[in-house]
Amino acid sequence: MKTLIFKRLVQLVGVIWGVGTLTFVLMRSLPGDMAYRIAASRYGQDNVDSQAAALVREELQLDQGALSAYKDWLLDLLQFRLGDSLVSGEPVIETVQHMLGHSLLLSFAGLALSIAIAVPIGLLSASKGKMVDSALMGFSSLIRAMPVFVIGVLLLLLFALHWNWFPVAGFGTPAHLVLPALTLGLSLAAVSNRVVRDSAKRVFGSSFYLFSRVKGLSKWTTFKRHGIRNIAVPVVAFLGIQLVSMIEGIVMIESLFSWPGIGHGLAHAIFARDIPVIQGAALVMGILFVFLNTLVDLLCHWIDPRGVAES
Amino acid sequence: MSLDRSSRGGGIMKMTLSQKIGLVILLILLVFAFGGTWVSPYSLSQQDLNAILQPPSTRHWLGTDQFGRSMLTRMSEAVMLSFSLGLICVITSAIIGVTLGVWAAWGETVDSIMGVLVNILLALPGLVIVLMLAAIAPGSFLVLYLAISLVQWVEYFRVVRAITKNVIHSPARQSTKMMGFGVWYQFKRHIWPSIAPSIFTLAAFGGANAILTMASLGFVYVGIQPPLAELGLMTVELFPYYSEAPWVLAQPLLAIALMVFGFHLLAGKRT
Repeated sequence: MKTLIFKRLVQLVGVIWGVGTLTFVLMRSLPGDMAYRIAASRYGQDNVDSQAAALVREELQLDQGALSAYKDWLLDLLQFRLGDSLVSGEPVIETVQHMLGHSLLLSFAGLALSIAIAVPIGLLSASKGKMVDSALMGFSSLIRAMPVFVIGVLLLLLFALHWNWFPVAGFGTPAHLVLPALTLGLSLAAVSNRVVRDSAKRVFGSSFYLFSRVKGLSKWTTFKRHGIRNIAVPVVAFLGIQLVSMIEGIVMIESLFSWPGIGHGLAHAIFARDIPVIQGAALVMGILFVFLNTLVDLLCHWIDPRGVAES
Repeated sequence: MSLDRSSRGGGIMKMTLSQKIGLVILLILLVFAFGGTWVSPYSLSQQDLNAILQPPSTRHWLGTDQFGRSMLTRMSEAVMLSFSLGLICVITSAIIGVTLGVWAAWGETVDSIMGVLVNILLALPGLVIVLMLAAIAPGSFLVLYLAISLVQWVEYFRVVRAITKNVIHSPARQSTKMMGFGVWYQFKRHIWPSIAPSIFTLAAFGGANAILTMASLGFVYVGIQPPLAELGLMTVELFPYYSEAPWVLAQPLLAIALMVFGFHLLAGKRT
């Protein structure tokens, strides 16, 4: 347990250092004079002159040596002084906080949907005959082959543009959440329903399950007492593996549906070369990722305190 | 990773039916990519503004896009680009991952250094690392390739290291060592046969993931840049014309799905 948390702490430090170094390299490797570029994105292409560039250079201390700049950069990062956006001029912290809320909403809605889809389907294919099983598994393989943005585009074309049931993009009302969350939920469920099925099959076929039926417990009581918890262990552990696809999915889905979350912000910042925002968004994503991983670890430990074998 | 017969690499005959179907899908796409560039008289960026968004015809077998460019040329170039990226990423990351994995399983110090490195790399989702690296040089195929390989070798490393650790402690490997055989022979005789099936499975998934990552980056506009043809980029470019020309938009979507599906089938059972 302690080693587990320690390992995650090391990862957290790794994330902060990794993101800081990457964005620093990024800052240094931008082509052209940095001061001019930043001035251009701030004041518009037509308003850039050497005076504006000098002002920016002074403000951001762009003319110091690489090593000392790197040191300052990391020190700033450690104090969570993320600076202001190069494009909008707003503090990165505020921007990122705003985005984080939207991303969390989307990811929890997507996760809840994926569980609501995957668990019944997985149980169904484990308990019904071979026909149902192969039909459901074949269908989920097809969905699994589709990248998350292809699923999103198809849902968008069908439900938003063809039938006009839901808005195409944007945020604010619950209706805006439906399609992005459904996209995320479907793409996650297509993988996790197989885990539910395999786990359920193993439990249903086990001798302790059979024994509980033989001693006279009803189907439902057996499932409640001996099924749920045993089936849940691998499923929850798999959630940890799926976190990667969830965060990657969020980047794509938010860009597709213009959902103002971290992924959308990151993609836009990369396109605009807005390095403080890139750093802030990547940092929050990394921290969120490590945090959720720790949460899954703890959850696994709670369901099965015997300790799952180290993967 | 299991060592069941179905996922053992080497020899088409040993493959399961679904693996063979996957292979056939990929071969058809490959033939399409080579044949398309060979057959089509149009170049990648040759525009014909009098014939935009045409349906498939004898002049343009797959129709034309919003600038009247031949979709046959663009699709085959895009599929080719995806395949090339997938191939070199798989080769690079497999070589790095296997070498370091075996090395780490054999040596203590290397193992602990690699452990820290791998932990840091795993602390960020792969796509985020690739996105940030891609920002350094937008539209660069080289950077995409390096970034994707950097993310993917970890997978090989972990699996190979875990299996090799077991093999090294096996009595068979130890008696080979005591008989005086060299390191290379031990690797060839004992380690390679036990890691090969897993590497094959990982490589198939890795190919799919590399293609997917490039398409994802193209889709959010920070990958390969216009006027080059790339499946994800083509999807966004053609999206506004979905009602006038749904068949044109369907092509890149179908191609990505088929490629990923083919690789997934080829990989066999995931364990």
